Amino acid sequence: MRNRFQKILATLATTAAIALPAVSASAQDVIKVRILHSLSGTMAISETTLKDVMLMLIEEQNKKGGLLGKKLEAVVVDPASNWPLFAEKARELLTKDKVAATFGCWTSVSRKSVLPVFEELNGILFYPVQYEGEESSRNIFYTGAAPNQQAIPAVDYLMENEGVERWVLEGTDYVYPRTTNKILEAYLKSKGVKDEDISINYTPFGHSDWQTRVAEIKKFGSAGKKTAVVSTINGDANVPFYKELANQGIKATDIPVIAFSVGEEELAGIDTKPLVGHLAAWNYFQSVDTPENKDFIAKWKAFTKNDKRVTNDPMEAHVIGFNMWVKAVEKAGTTDPDKVIDALIGVSVPNLSGGYSTMMPNHHITKPVLIGEIQEDGQFSIVSQTPGLVVGDEWSDYLEGSKDLIADWRAPLSCGNFNVKTGKCGGQGPVAQ
Amino acid sequence: MPRLLCVILALVCGLLAAPARSAPADAGEALALIASGRFPDIEKGVDLLARSGNTHAQAIIEALRDGRLAVAADRRVLIQQDGGRWSDAATGDALAEAPAAPKTVRINNRIRRAVEAALGALTLMAPDAEARRQAAEAVFRSRDAAALSALDEAIAREEVPYIKRLMGEARAAILLGDAGASDLQKLEAIDILAARADQDALALLRAATQGSPVVSAAAEAAVASVEQRLALLSMLQNVWYGLSLGSVLLLAAIGLAITFGVMGIINMAHGEMVMIGAYTTFVIQEFVRSHAPGLFDWTLPVAIPMAFLVAALVGAANERGIIRHLYGRPLETLLATWGVSLILQQAVRSIFGPTNREVGAPSYMAGSFDLGGLAITYGRLWIVLFSLAVFAALMVALKATSFGLRIRAVTQNRRMAASMGIRTPWVDTMAFALGSGIAGMAGVALSQIDNVSPNLGQSYIVDSFMVVVFGGVGNLWGTLVSALTLGIANKFLEPFAGAVLGKILLLVFLILFIQKRPRGLFALKGRAVEA
Repeated sequence: MRNRFQKILATLATTAAIALPAVSASAQDVIKVRILHSLSGTMAISETTLKDVMLMLIEEQNKKGGLLGKKLEAVVVDPASNWPLFAEKARELLTKDKVAATFGCWTSVSRKSVLPVFEELNGILFYPVQYEGEESSRNIFYTGAAPNQQAIPAVDYLMENEGVERWVLEGTDYVYPRTTNKILEAYLKSKGVKDEDISINYTPFGHSDWQTRVAEIKKFGSAGKKTAVVSTINGDANVPFYKELANQGIKATDIPVIAFSVGEEELAGIDTKPLVGHLAAWNYFQSVDTPENKDFIAKWKAFTKNDKRVTNDPMEAHVIGFNMWVKAVEKAGTTDPDKVIDALIGVSVPNLSGGYSTMMPNHHITKPVLIGEIQEDGQFSIVSQTPGLVVGDEWSDYLEGSKDLIADWRAPLSCGNFNVKTGKCGGQGPVAQ
Repeated sequence: MPRLLCVILALVCGLLAAPARSAPADAGEALALIASGRFPDIEKGVDLLARSGNTHAQAIIEALRDGRLAVAADRRVLIQQDGGRWSDAATGDALAEAPAAPKTVRINNRIRRAVEAALGALTLMAPDAEARRQAAEAVFRSRDAAALSALDEAIAREEVPYIKRLMGEARAAILLGDAGASDLQKLEAIDILAARADQDALALLRAATQGSPVVSAAAEAAVASVEQRLALLSMLQNVWYGLSLGSVLLLAAIGLAITFGVMGIINMAHGEMVMIGAYTTFVIQEFVRSHAPGLFDWTLPVAIPMAFLVAALVGAANERGIIRHLYGRPLETLLATWGVSLILQQAVRSIFGPTNREVGAPSYMAGSFDLGGLAITYGRLWIVLFSLAVFAALMVALKATSFGLRIRAVTQNRRMAASMGIRTPWVDTMAFALGSGIAGMAGVALSQIDNVSPNLGQSYIVDSFMVVVFGGVGNLWGTLVSALTLGIANKFLEPFAGAVLGKILLLVFLILFIQKRPRGLFALKGRAVEA
């Protein structure tokens, strides 16, 4: 026993001895791309897929001959759904590993916790998830939707096509739903919706007993006006919510629910037959009928060796972000952060819904907005698509304090919160609750 | 605007329907609209078709609803029949060969509503009672004035009393909203709707309070009476919701009541036993789905003993391998079992993937029924019954079997029990396995209402400890009373305080309560306390 153990140790030592110089030698010819997504803990449910898609993109780029003649190397880190750990890992990798770009984070709180680190150490972060806006950092590129690229078009759709007059804004109690609902409330009021026709409610993370809430929604919906639910309920609480809707017999034809956090991945855990017709607003659906998308889905299924794996919106955001980064590095001819950050603005790459997405000076991208209805097979049927692309608006026009702000990272302005009224950089957004 | 549309449509249809009751020609325009692929046109097409009196209308609209309607390359509208055969929608004739690349007609919610209303009007006189009931409800929802004559005819013919009542209510709903109806008709309608006395009726009655003085006075009185009834119902509804939440808490906590309550082990991995039970259900369902889909309804009865066994085995291994060495060291036990819980979570994540797994509901768990105005969902009802059955079985096992006697003996006085010849380590393992197994069974029930993900257990561990501590450590009856009390209290707080604040209030109350009565609701008395 002891003998074998020693043998293993010896082998390990030799391997390490051989491997170490090899690593330092090849460090010159690789560009390190870091993937900062939780692979354990509560957020693993959503983030693991994004790690896989990044690995696929990097592998593909390497097959094409890498970048600037160098191979890309993925550095996968697991911050374990632990927000302070996100910042710690970010610091560790920016200082020690010298990564060229980072793709990661899901929740707003994780992004907020790494933001100062990226600004201090001048890193580049691509953030692929729809979020509440009210932020623009020189070092972060937001490839997910801002509220005007998801929430507001969704509400518009319901008003125009379903004639909705009464609104339930149902969310999980944290920063994204609270800010989004604030924006939506201001927007609805600007459209003439009365106070008594808006009901805002929050439930805790992982809320699983929805009986009371669903009954109240039913009650709120029976006041004689067409009612809809705008749901910013976070991942885990969605399954019991939809199950309860189905059980209490709320059909999409009576009270439609439009969700901003429910995609193909989340629906994979639910029997969708009773949910047919409920809606979601995203910038991408797996059912988008374009050659680019078909190609991507085929590659994804081959890469994961699983015919049942679905694709979703944040995955597309990473595809766009990664391609933009590759293009910008090629344009700049270096991975030096300052040069790449400047080169990224104005870069245009094809998205998967048949158009081109462009990185705007406010570090947000242009995207089409799609509204889909849930189908029996867990996919979405696209019922509406904005005719053109929508530019991500980081500072909402519907909130006091943020409507005068703009972000423009081009010289000479180079500011994430320029106040057009005072003409000064450094305005304050409303503090999220 | 819709009214104008109705009038125009009625005129158009009147013209079309008269000469061509059986000829398929009149479906042409409607089918062309449907084939256009534009949602507003499809909606118009459905309306037109429903009023055309065409013999194929029902089949076409049903095909549209089920996604079996398609447009061929030559703009002909086709219906896909069972077995993949195709037929021409306009004539109903079967096609000799399959068309090349037909495009399925997609629908949205507006069309779904139009389809429901159209089918409602078309199937009011269907031979099948269930179809007639659905039709009456669809007409009630759509309140389509054009369906009135069909409704009158259907009411005259209807023989089943409750369907006749539903049709009467649908008729009342239409008349109440109809500007052309007389006050007398409206007053009659108000009476009928006041007798229905549910949310839908309330909405209709509220809308009627703007009518003529006589009607509005009657409507206001009706609104008041319905509101009173609904307020009473909502109290009962809260009690039921509380019971069902309490039964979920009871299920999650009852296993812990044995391991923590009776044996005194702080087992942080208890939630993971629940999760393992849920995943066992998933595995069994997957197996049945791929091998014998017809037996799907039997998956839960099979899953219950299987989940018990699997979770009990994992629990026993946990006890033998780790906890046994830490008896008498609560802090180390807590840390070690917490580690076990993380290991189990990550193991499940590696095997089954991090995403949610779909556990389907058997037919008897889906839907709800109406009990005097209370909507009771079958899933919740079964869970309430199941949790009470588990509780009863556990009581019997502890009080009436020799195994239970040994557990109680060891709990009360370990050394005395050992000297009487009871193998105390063996009893510990079995008791721990029993507690874990019950948690596994809870997982089967929870898989029906919650996510089946590696995090499933985490959300229940704190609640479980809360229930056991509140109920009084070491007392199973206390666990029962405490689970139901917490459930009902939570549900009464939620409508007023909101879910977040409600939970906080409950926790504050619990802290104060434990200050006053550290041993919980039902404290054990006697020697066991000091031991």
